[in-house]
Amino acid sequence: MGLFIAQLLTGLANAGALFMVASGLSLIFGVTRIVNFAHGSFYMLGAFIGYSLLQVLPGMVGFWVAMLLAAIAVGVIGVIVELLVLRPIYRAPELFQLVATFGVILVIQDLALMIWGAEDMLGPRAPGLKGIVRIMGEPVPTYDIALIVITPFVALALWYLITKTRVGILVRAATQDREMVSALGVNQSWLFTGVFFLGAALAGLGGAIQLPKGGADLLMDFNILASIFVVVVIGGMGSLPGAYLAAVLISVLNVFGVTYIPQSTLVLMFVVMAVVLMIKPYGLFGREEVAGEHGQVGEVERPFKPAGLNARLIVAAFLLVLALVPLYGSAFSMVLITDIVIFCLFAASLHFLLGIGGLVSFGHAAFFGGGAYVAALIVTYSDTPMEFALMLAPIGAAMAAVIIGWLCIRLTGVYFAMLTMAFAQLLWSLVYQWGEFTGGDDGLLNIWPSDWLNDTTVYYFLTLIIGVGGILLLRHAAHSPFGYGLRAARDSARQAEAMGIHTKRVQWVAFTFAGAMAGVAGGLFVFSKGSIFPSELEIARSFDALIVVFLGGVKTLSGGVVGGAVLETIKDFLTRFEYWRMTLGLLIIGVVILAPDGIVGSLRKASERLGITKRPEGEV
Amino acid sequence: MTEILRVEHLCKHFGAIKAVNDVSFTLNKAELLAMIGPNGAGKSTCFNMMMGQLKPTSGSVYLRGENITRMAPRVIWRKGVGRTFQITATYQSMTVVENVQVALMSHNHKIFSIRPYAHKLYRDQALGFLETVGMQDQADRHAAVLAYGDLKRLELAIALCHEPDLLLMDEPTAGMAPKERIALMQLTADIVKDRGISVLFTEHDMDVVFGHAHRIMVLNRGELIAEGTASEIRNNAYVQQVYLGGGQLYKKSEEGHVNA
Amino acid sequence: MLELTSINSFYGKAHVLSNLDLSVERSEIVSLLGRNGAGKSTTMKSIMQIVVPKTGKVTFLGKDITGMSSHRVAKMGLGYVPEDRRIFTDLTVLENLEVGRQPSREGTVTWTFDMLFDMFPNLAERRQNRGKELSGGEQQMLTIARTLMGNPSLILLDEPSEGISPLLVETMAKVILQLKSEGLTVLISEQNLHFAQLVADKAIIIESGTGKYTGSFDDLNAKPEIRDAYLTV
Repeated sequence: MGLFIAQLLTGLANAGALFMVASGLSLIFGVTRIVNFAHGSFYMLGAFIGYSLLQVLPGMVGFWVAMLLAAIAVGVIGVIVELLVLRPIYRAPELFQLVATFGVILVIQDLALMIWGAEDMLGPRAPGLKGIVRIMGEPVPTYDIALIVITPFVALALWYLITKTRVGILVRAATQDREMVSALGVNQSWLFTGVFFLGAALAGLGGAIQLPKGGADLLMDFNILASIFVVVVIGGMGSLPGAYLAAVLISVLNVFGVTYIPQSTLVLMFVVMAVVLMIKPYGLFGREEVAGEHGQVGEVERPFKPAGLNARLIVAAFLLVLALVPLYGSAFSMVLITDIVIFCLFAASLHFLLGIGGLVSFGHAAFFGGGAYVAALIVTYSDTPMEFALMLAPIGAAMAAVIIGWLCIRLTGVYFAMLTMAFAQLLWSLVYQWGEFTGGDDGLLNIWPSDWLNDTTVYYFLTLIIGVGGILLLRHAAHSPFGYGLRAARDSARQAEAMGIHTKRVQWVAFTFAGAMAGVAGGLFVFSKGSIFPSELEIARSFDALIVVFLGGVKTLSGGVVGGAVLETIKDFLTRFEYWRMTLGLLIIGVVILAPDGIVGSLRKASERLGITKRPEGEV
Repeated sequence: MTEILRVEHLCKHFGAIKAVNDVSFTLNKAELLAMIGPNGAGKSTCFNMMMGQLKPTSGSVYLRGENITRMAPRVIWRKGVGRTFQITATYQSMTVVENVQVALMSHNHKIFSIRPYAHKLYRDQALGFLETVGMQDQADRHAAVLAYGDLKRLELAIALCHEPDLLLMDEPTAGMAPKERIALMQLTADIVKDRGISVLFTEHDMDVVFGHAHRIMVLNRGELIAEGTASEIRNNAYVQQVYLGGGQLYKKSEEGHVNA
Repeated sequence: MLELTSINSFYGKAHVLSNLDLSVERSEIVSLLGRNGAGKSTTMKSIMQIVVPKTGKVTFLGKDITGMSSHRVAKMGLGYVPEDRRIFTDLTVLENLEVGRQPSREGTVTWTFDMLFDMFPNLAERRQNRGKELSGGEQQMLTIARTLMGNPSLILLDEPSEGISPLLVETMAKVILQLKSEGLTVLISEQNLHFAQLVADKAIIIESGTGKYTGSFDDLNAKPEIRDAYLTV
């Protein structure tokens, strides 16, 4: 009983930081409609800055002052990010802003590396609260008790601010219709900045306050990201009580998980989330998010037709150039192009889902990595020929997509996106923690192709044929009745349902199809590298594809492929430098601000402006 | 007269609010029936229940004698019910004719087909429906650049695609100029006559209602308070009190109408 | 008081207003007439700078407000009531009004909650109800009340009679006349000539984003060719 209570208290204490970070994310999303991926980075900065402040501020007073100053400092950083990165793109298409915040993650990662170095830092204990209290014989750190007491006060203060003050009323009004708020004389820019300050400061406070229990390291940003998304989704987007309850639920479960089922701590969180969402699709206290609310901008996609003869000839010529690379190119260039083609297929599959289907998945790596692992596991554990394993990769990925799709498709918008990410994380944590079967962090090695394919040039051709074939198949699907049905479901689900189209089923099939195509890419990937690691299932991998699609241009048919080719080439070049992340991050932010239509979209507009191609009717 | 639609004791309660309370009526073949009433009277709620978007608390809806209560919208559509929306719902990323083609693809169970090029599929048939509503010359325009009145006509073409027996139109002329309204309702009345379709519509414009409806129902606070011909409704004291008001406006507009 | 000089506005990609001129004098009720898609709502939004005109000038109280942000325009005493209600559905009636509240302004009425509840008795009963619990008519009234909380000297009403019952249209007419008697200047956009005639002093007809007629209603009625050309199809 004593142990039980002690663990319950530890869980409650851990919930503090989680709640602060998650409520900040929820708040920022509510008002700006931006899912701030950089929120984990704010949390990490809070920890690092808090750590540095604790070196100079001694004593009990110093400790709490450091906590507060860290929060304020991170709040200011949040404001800088808002002013420099987000303000120029508030009028860009909704989800484009995500990409910008991802750029911010990369920049902050390298900045933290520059300032604090690569070493993990152990947090100092809080002066005056170093001891333990015995509760029914079990030791509980005094600091934990302090956190349990403090957190509800922070929550209450936030609740008061949001529900009782004029600022809170304005924030809630802006959550619904920011254009109208502005037309009523409220400076919404400053409201946004203020909310960003508060949200970032809460993340910073969360990062600083967990120092005595944890520390500061460079992986904190991504590590907490999945947890806060889970908390926000379970609690319901925009709900403070929901965030608190969910933070407590997850933290307590985690503590008990560590004790009783230590191999499944990571999985547990996602299982809980899946269960909650099956019962309450919009979280414990959330409401359905209605897409396309006022104040949102974004151009309508243009109609499209299959490519004309000229375009087909150009593509054919380009493919011929690629096919002849073995004659004039180096082995290295073939390896690079193999990588690029695989990545382009992965990106094209996400683009189909996102561009044609309007389904923004944050967890597409589940099917890329999933396909790769299916092939790798089959080769490792049975004497299956490689050719057969390569075929099983998309089938395995499709099976995963059938299940995950069934669970996710019921939701829309941000909830859909978060849920897909959570399921990708679930797969990742399964692979990561089930070491004896999947090799865990060490991955699976020696997954080579059959002898006749085990040659750079031959494998190059295999990749080219399957990869390009897959991309063309995706493209054809977009022009088929199925593609039209999918667009119909995206453009107006109301009308589509009223004309006999089972929109959810169409989307489910599309999800599975896109998953299978990502699985093809994953299968090609594993045999080209000869090994596979859990990192191919990570959030970062999903984001890679997401960024590529946005950078290439969501609202263009070839955006995914072009973006994939460009980014993979740039990455190959940049990773030779020490601070490549920052360069890439700045590059991403730059493209987002300067070319909000993506690469293909911007090129198309430029060519229209120059009179090379015809401008559609009604556009200027 | 053949009965197409019969609604029996339809109720929808949201908590304590009775949005629709015990509404019953029938609709006959080739009849143009109007449902009018103040905002929040429950007209749209009624519509959404008939079309399956909303599940009634109690009561039933029969289509040609078959109970269709609680069926999904897409199932009801396949049974021969078309609808247009109060706020237009079209596929903005497609061309006008493609909007109609998608409906035809759905009607012919081709939505899950991945082989053919969709832009060639049922194009001629779709152009035929556009001709019915006078939109054939705009077939290849981007739906996103259409004028509002044209969007409404496009919706009508879409709704006619599967040769429905019954058409539900929620405020078909909202946001249109007076003469545009008359033209659209005239078009609808012609379709009713030519094809024997039955139409149920809601409307705020009394010119449209009194000028075209064969029969009128008045809804107030979720209840049916009157039913009858145009002159019966116009002279009903209770309807005047809760909905029509002093008549100052619509009478004026009626005269204006005659002058114009 | 308000003047638009050769305004060119684009909505998304479409050229909606071209060389539009328009002026509103103090204490006047002016009705902007035109068929659907003629550019009435875009005119309203261009005045509020929600849609910023590409070229041309908007002056309010003698000051050039072109390109200013909407909240500053609102702070100068321009009140905007959008066509599609857009109340804050999750906020209570009182909170909705609070969002609109601005400090009092010289030369115009300072509205209080009580004054507005006198004017809209229905809202008074429902002050603690959330926006989504109101009927369509009550929502329409709340939009107007919310804008009045900003103590505007000129109020823009975008299609106030659209989509509401004939009875409510009459109430709306009374409200507009009451605003006039309080000394407010009103610019309303309308498709319904008869409603406009009931409340407004002056008619401005626009078509394809260009002004086609400015003058009195009597004059307009005497020129059925203009009336029929632009107000009907």
